[in-house]
Amino acid sequence: MKIIIKYVLLDLLRNRIVIVYTVLLAILSVSVLGLDANPAKGLLSLLNVSLLFVPIITILFATIYFFNSIEFTELLLSQPIKRKSVLLAEYAGVAASLAGAYAIGVGLPLLFLVSGTESLILVLTGILLTLIFTSLALLIFVKSRDKTKGIGVAIGTALFFTLLFDGLLIAFIYSFGDYPIDKAVIGIIAFNPIDLGRVLMLLQLDVAVLMGYSGALFKKFLGSATGSIFSLACMVFWVILPLLLSVKVFKKKDL
Amino acid sequence: MIEIKGLTKSFGKFKALDNIDLDLLKGQAISLLGPNGSGKTTLIKSILGLVIPEKGTICINGHVVKNDWSYRSQIGYMPQIGRYPDNMTIEQVINMIKEIRADHKTYDEELISGFGLDKVKNKMMRNLSGGTRQKVSACLAFLFAPDIYILDEPTAGLDPVSSELLKEKITRERSAGKLILITSHVLSDLEGIASHIIYLQDGRLMFYKTVEELQLSTGEEKLNRVVAHVMKTELPSLKSRL
Repeated sequence: MKIIIKYVLLDLLRNRIVIVYTVLLAILSVSVLGLDANPAKGLLSLLNVSLLFVPIITILFATIYFFNSIEFTELLLSQPIKRKSVLLAEYAGVAASLAGAYAIGVGLPLLFLVSGTESLILVLTGILLTLIFTSLALLIFVKSRDKTKGIGVAIGTALFFTLLFDGLLIAFIYSFGDYPIDKAVIGIIAFNPIDLGRVLMLLQLDVAVLMGYSGALFKKFLGSATGSIFSLACMVFWVILPLLLSVKVFKKKDL
Repeated sequence: MIEIKGLTKSFGKFKALDNIDLDLLKGQAISLLGPNGSGKTTLIKSILGLVIPEKGTICINGHVVKNDWSYRSQIGYMPQIGRYPDNMTIEQVINMIKEIRADHKTYDEELISGFGLDKVKNKMMRNLSGGTRQKVSACLAFLFAPDIYILDEPTAGLDPVSSELLKEKITRERSAGKLILITSHVLSDLEGIASHIIYLQDGRLMFYKTVEELQLSTGEEKLNRVVAHVMKTELPSLKSRL
């Protein structure tokens, strides 16, 4: 398995899209952080940019990569290796290179410009989101028969979590505003990894005005520490669950 | 070597393989023929464990192919379309497979030098032509000198010189007592290689005979004429019987 990860990484580190992604993230980070003297505002803008772009770029790139590697995967599977090892190795390679791109593109500028716990949490959030959406991409890959369909589902998934989910949540809050739904909302947020990432970061930044409804709820009911641990745990769950499902589906998949 | 019993596989309503029984032995070079969509690739992929059959068993050297993946060390597979990671060089692809098969220390690199791949080993896979990629696939299939070769359209896209080289290699391996399973639509390429012919149609086994048998029954010498003759005269009666 290690051997396959090594060679997938070898391939992806020279991949043009990964390189361009890293450079773009770096330019964005430096320019956003340079815009404002207040580093907290800079971090927030960077957070928003990350929450918007990391999921969609990750899920699209990973889905396309997995589909393009089908023939290569077949060749690997004609060798005496377990299906599970091949699939997890490909996941690890893609996730590691995209997470690395984020760590370098956003992490390095932060290290020089705004080093501190908050920056560390932002990088962690970005990396977790990368792992989650690569994991979802893998699930989409094993579940769909052809590439076009897979890419369509990938775009749909990313849009659902970035835009639609929050819209539905707001509609829910408005319709049931008269009832004590606060705890239910916390539960619902756990179903959106992007919201979890936002909450994780905002609890750290402690900017009450910008925390929004969900962040304030987390703070009120769970407190900063418990809230952070809760959202972190949910995000880890979001990485593992699609991965386990993918392995299960892939075992029986016809290639 | 390969024993297939009652193999059935369908994709939705479409029956790709319908109750196939086959017994393939050492030293045979079997040509797998049939029109497009007749189940050739599905059969090959079932043997490799890439497609999971609904019914039936496949035994390779006595090992039942199902959850035990170790049997694949005895098979060299050359896929119809070889696609590799864009940014890997030929050398890296070959090294990777060698590292995966760390248990194997001796390599058959005759084709690598024969095709001249050692001279372009630093070329990136994305820059290679279809034919060169096909050569890489062929080299990988022969690298560990396995007992069984499964070659899916091996000569498609190869230039005449390389095609001859590959055919010579296949013939040598066959005389060394290996089992070879080839699909090809270019029947003239199979001339002198194939000892047996399996004909599939609509997922069903139409016949499995030696080339001599077929030459006798049809009175033709050349393989493509033999097969054409069979398709015209024997197949309709076979089909009505099934």
